[in-house]
Amino acid sequence: MKNKNKQEQNTKPKTGQVQNTNLNRRTLLKAMAGIPVLGLLAYGASEKKAYNKNQSARLIKELGLDDLQAPQKIQSRAGEGDLIRIGFIGFGNRANQLARGLGFMNKATAQSQKENGRLQHWMEQEYLNVEIVGICDVFDLHAENGLDIAKNGFRVNGQTGTDVPVKRYRTYQEMLADDSIDAVVVATPDHHHARITADGVRAGKHVYCEKSIALSEEELNEVYNAVKNSDRVFQLGHQITQNTVFQQAKEIIRKDILGKITLVETTTNRNSASGAWIRHLDNNGNAKPGSLDTIDWVQWLGDRPKMPFTVDRFYNWTKFFDYDHGMLGQLFSHEYDAVNQLLRIGIPHSAVSSGGIYFWKDNREIPDLLQSVFEYPDKELTLMYSASLASSRQRGRVFMGHDASMELGSSLKITADYDSTKYKQQIEEGLIDTNGPMLSVSPGSGIDAITSPTEKYYASRGLTDTYVNGRPVDVTHLHLKEWIDVIRHGGQVSDDIEKAYEEGITILMAHKSYVEKRRVEWDPVGRKIV
Amino acid sequence: MNSKMKDSKSYSGIQLYSLVVLRLFIGWHLLYEGIAKLINPGWSSVGFLRESKWIMSGFANWVTSNSGILNVVDFLNTWGLIAIGTGLILGLFSRVASIFGTILLLMYYLNNPPLIGLEYSLPSEGNYLVINKTLIEAVALFALSVFPTSHIVGFDLFVNRLRQKK
Repeated sequence: MKNKNKQEQNTKPKTGQVQNTNLNRRTLLKAMAGIPVLGLLAYGASEKKAYNKNQSARLIKELGLDDLQAPQKIQSRAGEGDLIRIGFIGFGNRANQLARGLGFMNKATAQSQKENGRLQHWMEQEYLNVEIVGICDVFDLHAENGLDIAKNGFRVNGQTGTDVPVKRYRTYQEMLADDSIDAVVVATPDHHHARITADGVRAGKHVYCEKSIALSEEELNEVYNAVKNSDRVFQLGHQITQNTVFQQAKEIIRKDILGKITLVETTTNRNSASGAWIRHLDNNGNAKPGSLDTIDWVQWLGDRPKMPFTVDRFYNWTKFFDYDHGMLGQLFSHEYDAVNQLLRIGIPHSAVSSGGIYFWKDNREIPDLLQSVFEYPDKELTLMYSASLASSRQRGRVFMGHDASMELGSSLKITADYDSTKYKQQIEEGLIDTNGPMLSVSPGSGIDAITSPTEKYYASRGLTDTYVNGRPVDVTHLHLKEWIDVIRHGGQVSDDIEKAYEEGITILMAHKSYVEKRRVEWDPVGRKIV
Repeated sequence: MNSKMKDSKSYSGIQLYSLVVLRLFIGWHLLYEGIAKLINPGWSSVGFLRESKWIMSGFANWVTSNSGILNVVDFLNTWGLIAIGTGLILGLFSRVASIFGTILLLMYYLNNPPLIGLEYSLPSEGNYLVINKTLIEAVALFALSVFPTSHIVGFDLFVNRLRQKK
């Protein structure tokens, strides 16, 4: 047979018969030899798919998660209804991001975003039908920037600029007294938050206030009572929980996938000057603009102790206890909010903090290393916060249960515990491998049971988050949208005054413990920290 | 031209069948790579491209930072693999398939070449210095394009006949 083949190849083309004679059966069959190979591959591929699906489906089913599919796109009516006229109080860096979340972008920024192909994502953001009609900032430069964005900025609906008049207010009281403003966004340094929010709701404005809410118990009680006695919509500025994986995380907690949770570990990890709130220099190392000619310093200080103006204090206010609570207020507030939204832990029974200024040896008062431990004996749970401004090693946010642990970031990973009671059988059968995550959820791509080693590897590195199925979503936009939605159509915001109060007290407890170097407790009857 | 072509294709049986087996195996590999991407809805080249080092890293960055482009790349990659793999297995437009396959494999190689000093977070399953299996597969596929077999074992037999009739 071999020889025959040989003959065919060697002789036929040479005599030129292939082109001219009809193909015999043998030549024909040979030409189609690829078909059975293709068939074999198709069969193999479908078998493999069925096997993978079985393993994955079985695990998801055994965990009772087969109905766990969060909506990819939340139906929203936020943009429907009358125009909402918004005033911005404070227009620094954060306000630029908030304006973007509401649908307004600086023209030059829009141009550069367009050039690097990023503008399209933002343009897909929902149109909220709001106008920024007022800007209040003590610094001329910031106020001008805000006015420019409101008046001439690029908008998410594709328009540029507006005919609606935009006004600069010299003080926030002036803005609150103006009936042409429906709602205010507070993005000032933290020491103004509580007072402006309280005055805002009393003046009949809806308020979106950046964290943190208050720097003392008196302030916190005042703002709590003011919002409670008002029908205005208040939302505290957090955004982690707007991440789509949070919906699935809630479901996983509700379905008790983790077993009894006794420890929650939260961390923040930074290691840069900017991350340590040293922000008074521009990229070339020169001091940023600002002087007593362009900044109303008395108004900036507000009710805080009189201090001479310095560019350092103006830009790097976070370093000083008069204006905020450092990492507790700026970073832990988000961590606490994430945990409280999931577990509704509320105010802890006790708090202990320790730390110090070990790395950034400038004039700061806030610690750059801080560890806080909060006890919840009623809930049989400990919440830990560990923070560094001198190492950016990512330590994540982990919920530890008896049967599994959940790491929750921009994606979510669940790893079964080796000594789990609930999963003992599956672990023995080999369906669950405790060396890597058994479940992962990435925004936009739903839930996956991880049964292959490759998937495990990708998931453990967080490489499973996809940019394809779900477009990148700005969580700040979602948080603002929720606020606008509730203003127009009623309902419940995620970060209402009750949660803001719980968060405020928790932060104040940790801060007090650090400053007074002692364990502090919450007195639920007297509603005060002791 | 005809006589020159004929000469280059006058293989012995063992020569012919080793070339055909090589063609079928590479075709099988590329086709299954394509199918696996197609049936996994969450698949995206983003993980691979984020790892890109060396001369293609700029291109990879551009692709991953733009979801429109990324979608196009994912689509072309998946369907390109399927088309090339099918072409190789069936022996249909085999030369075009071999050449495009070589180019595609070289693109993969150039995004992750095992050069000294380039570190990847994904461990490789073997030990490579400059030459890895992707590059070998690319070279093998190129060799197949100059040692064609699809006019004997493949649908190109019919394609050629149709062409000659015209």
